[in-house]
Amino acid sequence: MSLTDLTLRAIQQRLQARELTSVDLTRAFLDRIAAVDGRINAFLTVTGEQALADAALADRRLDEGRGDALTGIPLALKDVFVTEGVRTTCASRILDNFIPPYDGTAVARLKAQGAVLLGKLNMDEFAMGSSNENSGYSPVRNPWNPDYVPGGSSGGSAACVAARMAAATLGTDTGGSIRQPASHCGVVGLKPTYGRVSRYGVVAYASSLDQVGPIARDVEDCAMLLQAVAGHDPADATSVTLPVPDYCAALKDGVKGLKIGLPREYFIEGLDPEVQKALEQAIAALGDAGAEFVQVSLPHTDYAVACYYIISTAEASSNLARYDGVRFGRRVDRGQGLIDMFMQSRAAGFGPEVKRRIMLGTYALSSGYYDAYYLKAQKVRTLIRQDFLDAFDRADVLLTPVAPTPAFKLGEKTADPLQMYLSDIFTIPANLAGTCAMSVPCGVSAEGLPIGLQLIGRPFDEATLLRAGYAFQQTGDWHQRPAPL
Amino acid sequence: MKISREQVEHVARLARLALADEELDALTGEMDAILGYVEKLNNLNTDHVVPTAHAVPMENAFRDDRIGPSLGTQKAVANAPEAADGCFVVPKVIE
Repeated sequence: MSLTDLTLRAIQQRLQARELTSVDLTRAFLDRIAAVDGRINAFLTVTGEQALADAALADRRLDEGRGDALTGIPLALKDVFVTEGVRTTCASRILDNFIPPYDGTAVARLKAQGAVLLGKLNMDEFAMGSSNENSGYSPVRNPWNPDYVPGGSSGGSAACVAARMAAATLGTDTGGSIRQPASHCGVVGLKPTYGRVSRYGVVAYASSLDQVGPIARDVEDCAMLLQAVAGHDPADATSVTLPVPDYCAALKDGVKGLKIGLPREYFIEGLDPEVQKALEQAIAALGDAGAEFVQVSLPHTDYAVACYYIISTAEASSNLARYDGVRFGRRVDRGQGLIDMFMQSRAAGFGPEVKRRIMLGTYALSSGYYDAYYLKAQKVRTLIRQDFLDAFDRADVLLTPVAPTPAFKLGEKTADPLQMYLSDIFTIPANLAGTCAMSVPCGVSAEGLPIGLQLIGRPFDEATLLRAGYAFQQTGDWHQRPAPL
Repeated sequence: MKISREQVEHVARLARLALADEELDALTGEMDAILGYVEKLNNLNTDHVVPTAHAVPMENAFRDDRIGPSLGTQKAVANAPEAADGCFVVPKVIE
């Protein structure tokens, strides 16, 4: 077994027992990146020299017995996290030369523990996309088959873990951007409850939906990484003051007596038969492990995509107003005044999907249309959220597909934006409801592409979600199958 | 049609995007299709529904009014396309 095949937990144990040095481990991951990333394209920036220097410091800290949970562990970050002194592009040409002057809170917490950061990961531009084909640089490829997309928008983060180029990564999830790529790449991805992790220093897409979360090899690794970044931050007014539980404490308590809800609106015609079959097998396995199943209904599911594409684009149009060629980012000035400079800079810097969403959002917020679109969507959001609260009266967690199909081919859905949006149908509702959800590998299609199941938990009950996911992993080995790279 | 090309041009000006003719043509069709799809929200009666701005109930997050460390001018202007004397330089606004 190569060093890069070790889980976060296994790495932690070996580093702390001093059977392994962070420098050797970091070098192994950098070698792996050099060997395979030419085929995957997960990294936008590799910070090799800095990583080796940080690894040496981590080794000294571990030698002195001052190690923390993540000391010396090589991780990588979606390029949506601002990193002091390290170029942060959000995969947009408008931020091609942006060197942030500070670290965001999640990054600062990882650094304080002595984690080693290997670099910044490719993504859909400004986190807008479901396939990574919207990267302003070049698309990421799925490590299971390079003709297929890795999912999006955290496609680089999921592909990086699947290709063993970092022990784990952080992504962000606004409508499924952690869970869908995790599912398509055969790794575990967790979107925590809105407010659980600080978003200070995370480039904003849709501020009432965005949330930071881990992508890792297995559920326990996700729990460890969530532990490191969760908790209140005075710099993010939307982060909550609720105490952070010990996510690993109850991880192995099993699912005996746990009530798992199956929402009937998620098991529909049109669901890929292989996805359906993988889920049925997962349900049977969890039943054998002692879980109880109840039928539940989320009656407004069918409205979630429409609701999301009004709210998220409206918020995006407002958030992305800051890219104006004045304080940072690209400027195109034809000498025809300030407004022309704004319009030319934005037109040159943003890619087509970002422009499309800014346009939709601007329209939805514009005078005369606000009530018909934005306010209406906010009201429908209330109904969708209430669906979940009602379902959680009857079930402790919900089990659903992550995506209607396994990964699709590059280019397959780029011609029709609406078809691409509909691929997020099962992940969007948890963002609108603000609750936590996780993708766990549960199968591989006949074509050799991974399939994931989604577990959705009560708000701020990540612990039960992780316990259910861990119990499922004990029933099989889907999460241990490596991408045939 | 949910949206006309003239409306799309107007929205582009509001959004401060200088779009080429081909982009405006394509967006007119795409936005029309998407707005047609979101029309389904009107199937729901929401007359007595309170809108949700944030999924997690939140109150104002107050803090003490105390001076703390901040970025500083030098770092704040370091990424500017053009800066002088600690200020962002923009094209002339007033003739």
